[in-house]
Amino acid sequence: MAGQGRADPRPLSPHLQIWKWHWTMAGSIFHRVSGVGLYGGAFLIGAWLIALATGPEAYAFVEAIAFSLPGQILLFFWSMAVLYHFANGLRHLIWDGPMIGFNPGLASLWSMFNFAFAIIGAAVIWSLASFY
Amino acid sequence: MTTSAKTVRGLGSAGAGTQHHIRQRVTALALLFLVPWFIYSIIVACKAGYEGALTWASQPVNAILLILTLSAALYHMRLGIQVVIEDYIAKSGTRQALLILNTFAVIALAAATILSVLKIWFTAGA
Repeated sequence: MAGQGRADPRPLSPHLQIWKWHWTMAGSIFHRVSGVGLYGGAFLIGAWLIALATGPEAYAFVEAIAFSLPGQILLFFWSMAVLYHFANGLRHLIWDGPMIGFNPGLASLWSMFNFAFAIIGAAVIWSLASFY
Repeated sequence: MTTSAKTVRGLGSAGAGTQHHIRQRVTALALLFLVPWFIYSIIVACKAGYEGALTWASQPVNAILLILTLSAALYHMRLGIQVVIEDYIAKSGTRQALLILNTFAVIALAAATILSVLKIWFTAGA
């Protein structure tokens, strides 16, 4: 791939820069992006759990990072990624199981809903978490 | 050119058939129930400080659900990143190395986190 050693430079199929952005495409790309982000996030959540098992000093160290401003921003993005991947993952299951949601209009609306769900959901969770 | 039915049955050109796809869905199905519990729990636990989080994690129900969440999530993400590596890394050596690294990293994280849950559970005297 990447064109190296290609004897016959035939035209390639249109790639990202050719396509007009649409909701379902953005929805699909962000499913993967959030998935990769959550992969990294799992190691950070894992660090929290390992610190909890290690002892109070280790836990205080991780807790200080988590409650710092960069930590809180990272956690906010993590929660958005979880909610987006969750909503869009549910959609994948509905596609694969009952096979609902392939109609273009509905598909676009569903993508928009998933983005809204992630952003509003994360905002609601964080306001609830800080008030109670 | 024909392929014998024995070779093709249940496998297909990738040599792995639908196994990966189905495992991705089954772990997703489990996570559909486990993730909402986890989000709620981790917020409550984090707000409770070290002692509170320790008490939370040492409850048998929470320890079991934590282990189930970790297992499902880590297996799901190993499968997911495998596809990402296969899609974007064309160079055979790098691809194989990253695929192995993916498996090792996830198993290491699984071992460390599950052992942590068990340690908390056992030291609590449950």
